[in-house]
Amino acid sequence: MLNNVIPAFIVGGIICVIGQLFMDLTKANITPSHVLVAYVTSGVILGSLGLYKPLVDIGGAGATVPLSGFGYALAKGALEAAESSGLIGAFTGGIQATAMGIAAALFFGYLVALVFNPKG
Amino acid sequence: MATNHLRPPTINITPEEYKEMVQSVTPKPTVLRNVIMAFLVGGFICSLGQVIINFYMIYLGLPLIQAQTAATATLILIGAILTGLGLYDEIVRWGGAGGIIPVTGFANSMVSPALEYKREGYVFGVGGKLFTVAGPILLYGIASSIVVGIVYVVLRYF
Amino acid sequence: MAEKKVGNQTVVFKNPPVVLAGYTVVGPKEGAGPLKDTFDLVLKDTYNGEKSWEKAEMKMLETSMRGAANKVNIPLECIDYSLAGDLLNQLVCSNFASRQIGLPFIGLYGACSTMALSIALGAMLIDGGFATKVLCSASSHHNTAERQYRLPTEQGNQRPLYAQWTVTGAGSLVLSDAGNGPKVTTATIGRIVDFGETDANNMGAAMAPAVADTIINHFNDLNRPSDYYDLVVTGDLGTVGLQLVSDIIRKSNLNIKNLNDCGVMIYKPEQDTHAGGSGCGCSAVVLGGYILNQMFKGELKRVLLIGSGCLHSPTTALQGETLPSIGHAISLEYI
Repeated sequence: MLNNVIPAFIVGGIICVIGQLFMDLTKANITPSHVLVAYVTSGVILGSLGLYKPLVDIGGAGATVPLSGFGYALAKGALEAAESSGLIGAFTGGIQATAMGIAAALFFGYLVALVFNPKG
Repeated sequence: MATNHLRPPTINITPEEYKEMVQSVTPKPTVLRNVIMAFLVGGFICSLGQVIINFYMIYLGLPLIQAQTAATATLILIGAILTGLGLYDEIVRWGGAGGIIPVTGFANSMVSPALEYKREGYVFGVGGKLFTVAGPILLYGIASSIVVGIVYVVLRYF
Repeated sequence: MAEKKVGNQTVVFKNPPVVLAGYTVVGPKEGAGPLKDTFDLVLKDTYNGEKSWEKAEMKMLETSMRGAANKVNIPLECIDYSLAGDLLNQLVCSNFASRQIGLPFIGLYGACSTMALSIALGAMLIDGGFATKVLCSASSHHNTAERQYRLPTEQGNQRPLYAQWTVTGAGSLVLSDAGNGPKVTTATIGRIVDFGETDANNMGAAMAPAVADTIINHFNDLNRPSDYYDLVVTGDLGTVGLQLVSDIIRKSNLNIKNLNDCGVMIYKPEQDTHAGGSGCGCSAVVLGGYILNQMFKGELKRVLLIGSGCLHSPTTALQGETLPSIGHAISLEYI
């Protein structure tokens, strides 16, 4: 089933290139952290407008693995929960949809910090 | 800058002239090389994610949504371990945005402060610092999803 | 009337204190650079056998302090003052190392200009008749600086090509009112100059105007010709800052041919540090190692060191402030 790997490579690569251009061509006080916040927020906005789904359809993991994909998942979750549970769903939907990402990062992060030491 | 009644700097250059000098002397980033590396490294990590999703769907029979969730967790684990081994900062040094933007970069940004501040204890060190870099990402991501949800509810019912 | 003050900012010492010896401790990266044979101790790794990098830096500084005194067989009790500084908050590295040394201690913060500052003040204490022997030290450590000023060390980041690498190194000098060695003949205390640089990664550009200001004042105050010194060396301007300071002083009609920078000297281009070394330890170990060796051998007779410091903090940088900087100059002459 390798025929969805190449589109993932290309779409993912292009999304990262946009970020690289942002980092290289803007003023020095735009840090990678700023770029990541911009990516996740753009993912939410594009996802809510239905503009991110085509990228996911074409690129699969190439669109969901970058942080904009995280934003897309947040938007999708919020909209679906708002549809079914109204205002409460607007609050719970995003976190519910991305719970695995947050929980895994927290948990594995803690485990790794227990085992390893920084090398500098 | 020194106030007017003190002796001004002896340098024969105005701050505006100096800014131009700095601009001409400061080396610019190697944009083309950075872009190519970002494409290759970012593309590789995303295609790795796709391979993992495929693996979970074909060999473990998971439906798409579960496979995607499991793949996200797997990539996060990979990013965390590579950070612990001291390898992920090298990946970003060469790959730039290709290492920062995928979810493995998000894992790196959570794990690296936890590792770093271990010496300051597990409550204030690891616990307190775990979200120093990831915090803004979660804040703005979740907050904007809530706004989106509220706007949807308002549009739907009014 | 200040009898020893000349011009605007320079002090000429009546009985120039002698630099008896220096001792330098560096990390592995510096020990692989072009000056590797000039250092007294090269560590195998950045932890130095300690549990944290802060503890490692404290041990490095203590080692260099004891080493300098031992080199000339002076018991620590004979030293009147210890002047030391580093980059860490509250100067903890110097504080804890000095706790072990036990001498009357003056902590100094001049960012990366601390070594030059401590030598200037140490020389003033001796020439002013307040001390016969002074220990002047400074240290920095790449990882402690990264943790405090920038990002966690394992965090992925692409450093710009004009960024500098904080030197892991500690250097100490013993100054005395008598003895054989190069003498600290003059000192020019700098003033803070700020030309509006906001990029905390481009410290060379932030510090160049302050360093140029001190150099010009030094030469004007003493009325010395621009070829007076065999070597005019700045602390840690890096390749970008060195180019800028050279351009600025040329525009002020000062034509210094032997201009170099400790940050440029300490690493090879292949070590990929980008613009060179930085940190208090940079000027401390290059001065205490290479420069002092060359002077004792007679290869260099007159050296002007201008330590360069960028006096900002991560907080002010986040608040959008500029980077005020300073340069302190000391002249060493083997007369």
